[in-house]
Amino acid sequence: MQIDDQDRRLLRQFQADPSQSAAELAERTGLTRAAAWRRLERLRETGVIRGVRGVIDWRALGYDVEVSLRLTLDKSQSNAFDTVIAAARDIPEVIEIQTFLGRVDLRLSVIARDMPHYQDLYRSRILTLPHIAEIEALMQVATIRQTDTLPL
Amino acid sequence: MDLDDTDRALLRALAQDASVSAGALARRFGLSQPTAWRRVRRLEEAGILAGRRLDLDPAALGFGVTVFLGVKLAARGRVSLEDFERAITAIPEVQAVHHVLGRYDYRLRVVARDLSDFERVLRRRIMTLPAVGEIEANVLLSEERRPGPLG
Repeated sequence: MQIDDQDRRLLRQFQADPSQSAAELAERTGLTRAAAWRRLERLRETGVIRGVRGVIDWRALGYDVEVSLRLTLDKSQSNAFDTVIAAARDIPEVIEIQTFLGRVDLRLSVIARDMPHYQDLYRSRILTLPHIAEIEALMQVATIRQTDTLPL
Repeated sequence: MDLDDTDRALLRALAQDASVSAGALARRFGLSQPTAWRRVRRLEEAGILAGRRLDLDPAALGFGVTVFLGVKLAARGRVSLEDFERAITAIPEVQAVHHVLGRYDYRLRVVARDLSDFERVLRRRIMTLPAVGEIEANVLLSEERRPGPLG
């Protein structure tokens, strides 16, 4: 799909505050309401806009620990990726699963209520994952910036 | 704040689609519309529902590459974390900056049009920062966000 400058302007405004209505977006971008609505509709239909998601603050729910686990897999098994990912999906405390090209194969974001809870998860759920060659943990100290904003 | 099953169901639904109206949520979970609205408000006020994000398809908008960087700050001299954080968050391609403990000091998420665009950001904007020591880059192939422990 062709994206023009008007679309980009609209998306820039929209991603800055996703709770805005089409009417507010129209006003900010100098489009008529009908034009803004039409463009947003087209961006949704073509999958450029995939949706508006609620952001959950896990700390506010009592999950004070977040660890980024960087996994290297034993790739001699051809289905290693699929098996590990399927097993990671079964762990409720895993909130993100990413695969990479590089030194790290897979990254899991794991949250826990406190260190004893994390230690328990680590021992009973993470160390038991199949096909793991190496695990490296980065403990989250602070989030300086967290956004999905694209530099449109 | 203690959540009950209805709160958890509402949170799960809103994490998937935050554009649904209180009326639609009410019908879906068998609540009255004012009750649904009040519960969502309460989740927002407690900071549990922390905001909304627009989920865009980066590739469709010309951003074909996402790279995660592990950055170790240089040991030489005295390094100001504040200066590094200010400079790194001023780069529009840097979507996320996490201060971490472990092999690296910071974890960055960088989005770029393609690998040569990423190289430009890396060489001209990130590696030129005085605090930066060692950098490791991993190119994102796939990504999945999970609902998390909501019962």
